[in-house]
Amino acid sequence: MTPRSAHGGHGTETVPHAPVFVGETRARLEGLFGKYPTRQACLLPALWMVQEERGWISEPAIEEVAGVLDLTPAYVKGVVTFYTMYHTHPVGRHFIQVCTTSPCNICGAEDVARALVEKTGCRELGATSPDGRFTVVEVECLGACGFPTPILVDDDFVEDVTPDKVAAILERYT
Amino acid sequence: MGYPHPSHPKETVVLSKYFGDAGARSFDGWVQRGGYEGLRKALGMSREAIVEEVKASGLRGRGGAGFPTGLKWSFMPKDVAKPHYLVCNADESEPGTFKDREIMRWTPHALIEGCAIAAYAIGSERCYIYIRGEFTEPWRVMSAAVGEAYAAGALGESAFGSGRRIDVVLHRGAGAYICGEETGMMNSLEGKRGNPRIKPPFPAVSGVFGMPTTVNNVETLAAVPHILVRGAEWYKGLCLGNPKSTGTKLISVCGHIQRPGNYEVTMGTPVKDILYEMAGGPRPGRTFKAVIPGGSSVPIMTREEAEEALFDYEGIVAKGSMLGSAGMIVMDDTTDMVYQIWRLARFYAHESCAQCTQCREGTAWTTKVLERILSGKGKQEDFQLLLDLSEQMTGKTICVLSDSCAAPVVSGIQKFRSEFEAYMTGSRQPSMAAV
Repeated sequence: MTPRSAHGGHGTETVPHAPVFVGETRARLEGLFGKYPTRQACLLPALWMVQEERGWISEPAIEEVAGVLDLTPAYVKGVVTFYTMYHTHPVGRHFIQVCTTSPCNICGAEDVARALVEKTGCRELGATSPDGRFTVVEVECLGACGFPTPILVDDDFVEDVTPDKVAAILERYT
Repeated sequence: MGYPHPSHPKETVVLSKYFGDAGARSFDGWVQRGGYEGLRKALGMSREAIVEEVKASGLRGRGGAGFPTGLKWSFMPKDVAKPHYLVCNADESEPGTFKDREIMRWTPHALIEGCAIAAYAIGSERCYIYIRGEFTEPWRVMSAAVGEAYAAGALGESAFGSGRRIDVVLHRGAGAYICGEETGMMNSLEGKRGNPRIKPPFPAVSGVFGMPTTVNNVETLAAVPHILVRGAEWYKGLCLGNPKSTGTKLISVCGHIQRPGNYEVTMGTPVKDILYEMAGGPRPGRTFKAVIPGGSSVPIMTREEAEEALFDYEGIVAKGSMLGSAGMIVMDDTTDMVYQIWRLARFYAHESCAQCTQCREGTAWTTKVLERILSGKGKQEDFQLLLDLSEQMTGKTICVLSDSCAAPVVSGIQKFRSEFEAYMTGSRQPSMAAV
């Protein structure tokens, strides 16, 4: 298995940043303010909202979040980069996470990871397929060790994946 | 019930009774199954009486440390002039452990009820349930259940008309094992990087948002309603001889085993019964080689040690390991122990928050030395190098992540030394290209 590589390629927004926190999204965020004693505590939820809407978290989005929550962009960037689930660059239309930690590893998880790389056309783990359809990353324990190998396709948790099931699973995502 | 398997006669089914029963997920379904009786009863009791009941039950934290729950609650200040918080640790990320996931997927109201009781008992009006970001399905189920609990009046400004405010807020993590450490979790909840904090101050004095805080695991809180309804004596009686470990425990069994899944047993059940009877034993034609009994952060047991052990906090310690989160990783005779120990070291190196030198450097160098051995370039001196590194990584850092990396390495060298030597002498082919 090749060592973990940086997820995906490096990209930047090519069009001016359109604000995320307007209208309904703004209202959703403000609805959270009363649930925490500080604005700062809404940072992880706000970053999730950005990623849900835009697919990844760009530098201008970081600046916007900082402005909305009275934080500095550098601070927000420090938090974004601590957590593995936030994408700091564009990823494929479907983001696939495959667990290869020991309990799954001894049950053949590396074969599943190889099959995912091969069938998606991603050249290696961490890369995006040339058609932009899939990004496949190797992740640490997904907390479903009794159902090896679990994978997470976008928000869909798929259990008991074996290499022979990979092609059929991928067909569900266009 | 050992979802996804039918219940085994040797299980003692309390928390897992409705695993696999989708009807138990709704508020009404839960009430029909006896749910929320514990909360109604608790709201009629004094805070102190609830804490005493839980203390008397002998319940100990199910997240890994095994600290007595009632005692932890009693550390919270009695004076509630400033906000108190309950944080439920649903960041289940310990390799080999998948029990809290099933509690949330199948019996979300059991957890909400436990949270509400605990919040009231510690003088808190708000509970945050911190759910790991990858748990998309438990998140959806929990979100729906919290909404129902508010609509039914179990939560909100006057829980069941008691005049006591109890709010439950779900908070989603974003991928970081270290946020399962309670002080890392508190920082994450505050919108910070999930770096663990130095203790003291302990959470009961200064926790999340600088306020008195109690952090409890999902399984711990889910057990609380049962204790209130059926009594501390009943819970204490669920014990096969060792009064320090009481109640039932969910065990996640995974790896090279016929029937992986969750099994619920009375504390003190022989590990042999769990492995061979409940979980069905090894795959055909195979024998067990090693068992990691408490999630990946505890010392590896040989087959012989595991088969002689009783499954409770003290029973596992007596055989050289720890109960931890009760995620049991089973490895059979096909397993390359050196490769799997390397894989665990890599896990810890990836998950280190990098605050402490011993952990940041130790986990990374341990991984690299193991890679050297796997590539056929290892030397005898590497044993001492790994052991020295592990010693520096044990008991010297803010949290126990680096200790957790050292545990499988040290026990692995002690118990499976010949497998390392096979790589060093060339009698085993390298399983990794030279780095």
